Amino acid sequence: MKLSRWLADRWVMIVALLVLGYLALPILVVAGLSFNRPSSRLSYDFNEFTLDNWRQPCATSDMCDAVVRSVQIGFIATVVATVLGTLMAFALVRHRFRGRSGVNVLIFLPMATPELVMGTSLLALFVSAGVPQGFWTIVIAHVMFCVSFVVVTVKARLAGMDRRLEEAAMDLYANEWQTFRRITLPLVLPGIVAAALLAFSLSFDDFIITNFNAGTTVTFPMYVWGAAQRGIPPQVNVIGTAMFAIALLLVGLSSLRGRRARRAALLAGPVPQPRRSS
Amino acid sequence: MTLLAPSKPGQLPSPPRAARSGRHRLLPYLLLLPGAVWLLVFFGVPLLQLAAASLYDPSGSLSTGYAMTWAFGNYPDVVQAYWPQLLRSFGYAGLALVLALLLGYPLAYAIAQKAGRWKNLLLVCVVAPMFTSFLVRTLAWKTILSDNGALVGLLRDVHLLAPDGRLLATPFAVVLGLTYNFLPFLVLPLYASLERLDPRLLEAASDLYASGVQAFRRVTLPLSMPGLVAGTLLFFIPASGDYINAELLGTPNEYMIGNVIDSAFLVRLDYPQGAALSFLLMAAILAVVFGYLRRAGTEEVL
Repeated sequence: MKLSRWLADRWVMIVALLVLGYLALPILVVAGLSFNRPSSRLSYDFNEFTLDNWRQPCATSDMCDAVVRSVQIGFIATVVATVLGTLMAFALVRHRFRGRSGVNVLIFLPMATPELVMGTSLLALFVSAGVPQGFWTIVIAHVMFCVSFVVVTVKARLAGMDRRLEEAAMDLYANEWQTFRRITLPLVLPGIVAAALLAFSLSFDDFIITNFNAGTTVTFPMYVWGAAQRGIPPQVNVIGTAMFAIALLLVGLSSLRGRRARRAALLAGPVPQPRRSS
Repeated sequence: MTLLAPSKPGQLPSPPRAARSGRHRLLPYLLLLPGAVWLLVFFGVPLLQLAAASLYDPSGSLSTGYAMTWAFGNYPDVVQAYWPQLLRSFGYAGLALVLALLLGYPLAYAIAQKAGRWKNLLLVCVVAPMFTSFLVRTLAWKTILSDNGALVGLLRDVHLLAPDGRLLATPFAVVLGLTYNFLPFLVLPLYASLERLDPRLLEAASDLYASGVQAFRRVTLPLSMPGLVAGTLLFFIPASGDYINAELLGTPNEYMIGNVIDSAFLVRLDYPQGAALSFLLMAAILAVVFGYLRRAGTEEVL
């Protein structure tokens, strides 16, 4: 009786934890395999523990070249997409103008279109225009599909912002540029940083669109795809694990900073909280 | 007038806030211009180019060039040749969606309503898989489902799987991979909806003698509808266009339409066929999406 009652109270949580386990399992496997010495090139099974893969992550130099290329592409695409997307977000949140809904549709559509369609259509464009495919066509494609996500992320931050802080600055004789630099930008910055991180991770991990627009250029996902046919070097799992650890670290740091800021605010005494009009 | 007159000597004139309005009529357009042009040129125009390519003369080739012959016959041709893969795409994506709903709804609900101070940590756990490479994660399933792996061994021991039965290279593996890969896209919007659900509504329902099932059907489910619709779309659109899971976890018998499109463009170099299939995929997805939105009745999602 007691057990059934306990189960009835907690079954949702138990199911949830099982599902989280399902989501976590492949990551644990990737981390485990990063310490594996495979028995053969095409084997995916755990064979023998070794630290070699971590000691020499670049033993297969093609792979590290591909990682470096992915980082370069991700960096350029992130900077361009973040600038373009942030400007658009400001226009959409701060201004009323003709053609707003059209712009909103233009931003929404890339997020709702299958990657396959975006990839093949860009390929069709580049081929018919005679543009040789390579590093820069990948960058163009990545900026294209990242912009919308940047707009949505920055928009959310801007919309939740208290306009009265800017009005207060203006009342205190800050000019528009000063208000923007000292008030608006610092307040929106977390949104912009989040958008940039999202854009980078989307770009770094993209396979489908890249695959159609890469020519002979090899990014990290392209390398993994090709290696899946010839046999995956275990160092791929080192990169996978390292990526995961870095991302987790960034999340941990940001939540720590958030908590410290909240505690500092608490110590500084009661501050009248601006009421948010959400 | 006396009210507005300076009451204190030396008071500064009021800041020129009013002067700002109307001055920058062009500003929003200038802010939008670079991004909008980028999207038009590299998203909008290519779609038109794809539509055009799908009507090219199929007898042309990449080296000799294609002639625009308005070959609408390309469409029935590709449907006839590849209807199994088309059907399979939507079948697998639909099956994976059902599985994802069964797994994702309790997860989103537990995080939103039951997790208390663990909420943020559990949310990070949902997003965490996306911290590492999609392809590397999918390859990890190859290890988990491997014929020599613990899972297959266990299932064979308890006779859920024949002694020579496999998990890898089966439709099961592909659907499992699809479910896994796109589950977070379903859970996050669902969570956002369920988080706003006032638990007092459920208390009220139970005060009024609603059973747990009734309260779920009449209160929780309707209130989570916006998140459910958004999550379903975010799951279904990439899942039906995916071909990575079918390629890595399946065999050509499990190939989805994406595999065919990939080989049409990159291996066989048959652009008209690839373009027609691509366009067909988009049209089919749009039809499913709009049909679904109409039935779900929450068109504000768009």
